[in-house]
Amino acid sequence: MSATRHMRQTATAVVENRGPGWHGRPVRVLRAVLGFVEASRFYPSLKCAGKPGLDRQGISFCRFVAEFYGVLATAKMADRIILHSDLNSFYASVECFYNPELRALPVAVGGDAEKRHGIVLAKNELAKKYGVKTGEALWQARQKCPGLVVLKPNYSKYIQFSKLAREIYDRYTDRVESFGLDECWLDVSGVAGSIEEGGGIADEIRALMREELGVSVSIGVSWNKIFAKLGSDMKKPDATTCVAKTDFKEKVWILPVADLLYVGRATERKLRKMGVLSIGDLACFDVELLAKVLGANGRMLWGFANGLENSAVRKSGGSPIIKSIGNSTTTPKDLVRADDVKITLYALSESVASRLRDGGVRCRGVVLSIRDKDLFSFQRQAPLEFASSSSKTIFNAAWKLFAVNYPGGKPIRSLGVRAIGLVEEFPSQLSFAGPVLDDERIERLDRSIDFIRERFGYHSAKRALMLVDPALSSLDAKGDHVIHPESFFA
Amino acid sequence: MMQVAKKFVAVDARFSEEGELAPLAIYWEDGRKYEIDKILDKRRAASLKAGGIGVRYTVRINGQSRFLWYEEPRWFVEAVIRN
Repeated sequence: MSATRHMRQTATAVVENRGPGWHGRPVRVLRAVLGFVEASRFYPSLKCAGKPGLDRQGISFCRFVAEFYGVLATAKMADRIILHSDLNSFYASVECFYNPELRALPVAVGGDAEKRHGIVLAKNELAKKYGVKTGEALWQARQKCPGLVVLKPNYSKYIQFSKLAREIYDRYTDRVESFGLDECWLDVSGVAGSIEEGGGIADEIRALMREELGVSVSIGVSWNKIFAKLGSDMKKPDATTCVAKTDFKEKVWILPVADLLYVGRATERKLRKMGVLSIGDLACFDVELLAKVLGANGRMLWGFANGLENSAVRKSGGSPIIKSIGNSTTTPKDLVRADDVKITLYALSESVASRLRDGGVRCRGVVLSIRDKDLFSFQRQAPLEFASSSSKTIFNAAWKLFAVNYPGGKPIRSLGVRAIGLVEEFPSQLSFAGPVLDDERIERLDRSIDFIRERFGYHSAKRALMLVDPALSSLDAKGDHVIHPESFFA
Repeated sequence: MMQVAKKFVAVDARFSEEGELAPLAIYWEDGRKYEIDKILDKRRAASLKAGGIGVRYTVRINGQSRFLWYEEPRWFVEAVIRN
């Protein structure tokens, strides 16, 4: 075998064994092989040995050059390659996966109607054919589809699936950003040189999802996060849609403007009044006029429509920057008496405080959200005198906000407590002030209760007030906590 | 008509010094013991027929290859039910 052929074969073997990100990426592999061959020619003169061939050190050197060439090949591509992966009918798919006998039936996952959480959270394809929609009341869904099988949500399973899906994404890139449990953005610019190559990775991910998790995903591929997300909605289930700079006008601009992220009902109404019906209309509209009507959001949406969105896909692995920790609940019955409100606020405050302690942070302020029985909602916030993660301090602040801002108001349907202004638990300012010492004492007590609840269950230790109304105090705000899609701008 | 059900089974397994888990034998509910002759494959996979996910071992038992899943902390097989 000639020395050159041997070198090429070694180079190809070295480069092809770089992991999944390298397989089937012709541009990168080719560049890397070229890099390896060039480096191996240069190496003997570097060593001043003058002998053809490579020793172990030489192979390491050539590997390094090859890697550099490969990275350079993709770095030269100006556009990013972003994937948006969406687990199809996520909750319903997981339920149907675990219950094969339900796969031929229309299935919806819904909240508990008795606790007034009775809405459709997800539905399978068959239920969709009957017109069942996410977010509608279960009784409405049953009217449309009399044979509808309604299952209670099983969040621990969904979280497990979400983690496993994430592990699959992590095989391709460390830049994975979650958007709720069922959606993720992936920046694969490091391993794909073009939108088409991105599409190849998307197909591989879809196959892995089917094989390893038994569920399907739809994936959009584009150069920005917004178009990638729109792409994942275009073909469902189990499909890849590429949106390139050459065809985005045909694919994206024809879509209704409401499909765009952050165009809600109110914004859509305003845009409709201006004659903006499609994303294309929005893209071609006068941006200054949009800014006048919609403020900063107008400019942002115009940028979205023109493919100018360029925010980074945040890296996985590192802990996200948490700005606030909150819990809210729709109560099983309307809250009328002060004790009803206190019970619910205690349950929420205990959960928030416990989650603060789990995260090693304290808060410097509290936000209270109230929604009355007519679905009118508002928020009020107040600072704390000192940073705290004790349930009593958070409750006191929330209760004070309630008493000041809602004296003798209408019956309440849902309440929320959120801790804001988070600071690290350590180091903390030492103090001899009475309230701070009291707070530290209560915090120690809270930690003891956390420990008891961890060992013996949430309801093993509770405040005496909770015994007044077992229905209201049955809320385990921490255990039942569900991660909803966070803000795109978080 | 044949149906497939998820059947949890008792398994003898061994951890190697490297921490690799290998099933050695499967116990059926009637007490029969099936020795695993060889592990042919091991990968993360879903069982669509039975509804389960985990590490799927392709094992050879009495000359026939079968799937055995480790769905932490339990083991299951796709059992055929004849109606």
